[in-house]
Amino acid sequence: MADGGLPPVVARSVMGNAVARGWRTLSGASANQLVPQARLSGPMPWVIAIMIALTVIAAAAGLALRNSAQAAADELAGGVTVQVIEASPQLRLRQAAAAAQRLRETPGVIDVRMVPQEEVAALIEPWLGNRGSKDEAVPVPALIDARLRDGVTGESLGALRRIVREVAPSARVDAQSSWLKPVFGAIDSLQWLAMALVGLLASATAAAVLLAVRSALGTNRETIEIVHLLGGTDMQIARVFQRSIGFDAAGGGAVGLALGLVVVLFLGRRFASLGAGLVNGGALGWVDWLLVSLIPVIGVVLAMITARLTVIRTLKRML
Amino acid sequence: MTQIADGEIVQFDNVGLRYGTDREVLSDISFTLHPGSFYFLTGASGAGKSSLLRLLYLAQRPSRGMIRMFGTDAITLPRDRLPGFRRRLGVVFQDFRLVQHLSAFDNVALPLRVAGVAERDLAKPVADMLEWVGLADRIEARPATLSGGEQQRVAIARAVIGRPDLLVADEPTGNVDPEMAIKLLRLFEALNRLGTTVVVATHDVHLLKKVPESLIMRLDKGRLSDPTGALRYPPRRETVRN
Repeated sequence: MADGGLPPVVARSVMGNAVARGWRTLSGASANQLVPQARLSGPMPWVIAIMIALTVIAAAAGLALRNSAQAAADELAGGVTVQVIEASPQLRLRQAAAAAQRLRETPGVIDVRMVPQEEVAALIEPWLGNRGSKDEAVPVPALIDARLRDGVTGESLGALRRIVREVAPSARVDAQSSWLKPVFGAIDSLQWLAMALVGLLASATAAAVLLAVRSALGTNRETIEIVHLLGGTDMQIARVFQRSIGFDAAGGGAVGLALGLVVVLFLGRRFASLGAGLVNGGALGWVDWLLVSLIPVIGVVLAMITARLTVIRTLKRML
Repeated sequence: MTQIADGEIVQFDNVGLRYGTDREVLSDISFTLHPGSFYFLTGASGAGKSSLLRLLYLAQRPSRGMIRMFGTDAITLPRDRLPGFRRRLGVVFQDFRLVQHLSAFDNVALPLRVAGVAERDLAKPVADMLEWVGLADRIEARPATLSGGEQQRVAIARAVIGRPDLLVADEPTGNVDPEMAIKLLRLFEALNRLGTTVVVATHDVHLLKKVPESLIMRLDKGRLSDPTGALRYPPRRETVRN
């Protein structure tokens, strides 16, 4: 140790306006060193990875359900089904043909299709078995599929009923969308469920981060007190934790996104192979993929905000 | 760092401190610390030296009385302005309070980094300071691998590296042999010659004689006595002779 002489303290010009620089961050290596990473990290990235993966799956499911419902609604929006219910096969066919003709002449009707009897037989085969095209022991209604340009309203449906019943008094005219109302209701509920799951997972992530930060604050309390007494500001200390949690969340988020996407793609393929009408409309568009990809980013921001608020609230209790 | 105008660095006026609902550990403390002076704070164990130092380095607010620091009322000072004042202080804690996972270099560099000094500007001063306190070969050592005396010197290097306006040292020679104690005192004196006001708390009466120009504050059961007139304004500058 040097005897005598002046100590090599930093020059006043180096310290400069340090007194006033309360806002300066502890940056780079110094910030990383201040709070040992191993103490803060631990299982945190994996917890965040699991949360993000579940959120990605829930969000993708919600978006796919929305797309399915939207596609089905678009398809059925202008659809009308006419059932000609008549015991006599000849009369039924005559009335159906006349009704189809009247529909074609009606303004606003853009497409009219008589459903072939074989197609109707195939539709009811699961319930009544293969009856053969000529079996009339149980009369089957003749079906007409019509499509309106401007969608189906109560008014247009009433007008169509009047027109059709002029030539086929026993005909039933129904909007196709009304048949799927319960299905749309169920899809709607599932969408809400998906949104609620995303919200719950976000809350759980925030809670996990809060616990991790509190634990890290407890572990590093001595260091924080020292930094405080050396003139460190709440913001400087909060940024150190925020940055550390941010790295954890970014790593966990990337892993979670990858896991979630693998599951979503796998399930997507399985559903696509079903070939069912509703499921086919559920494919995710590029906007949907973008939204799903943003989930880890939102997760990182949420984690960092949670960490910042937790640290600042805790530090406020210190002088 | 801000230049201190002539006058006081610190002024205590009728300060009292109690923890919770216990009796006061400090009562009716009034004194003034002047720029560039060297003070010893003495008193038996439990006299309140550490409590008084905690008030000085802004780790505690008093229960009553008035404290002015660097010309500003420190009692009503908003919490967000405290860091700026703390950066003008150097503190040697009795238990060193080194950050255990940081090297000697990083511990000494900590106040500079907190103040926002760039890495390129702090590397040489920190290395020079560690060399000056005789720890050039322990620059990368963690506190746990250092002896008590070495930790003491790291703590002192950390306290003085930023050239504080006020240095507060709590029993800084308590863990070192007499020879090292003298060396540490010489360091404080050298810093004092640079203009830093120094307050050293100690119960070692022999130490007081080692700094001829020092002034003495004596605490007894939480009350301050004034054997050298150090606390009067203007001070008599009476010194303790060998």
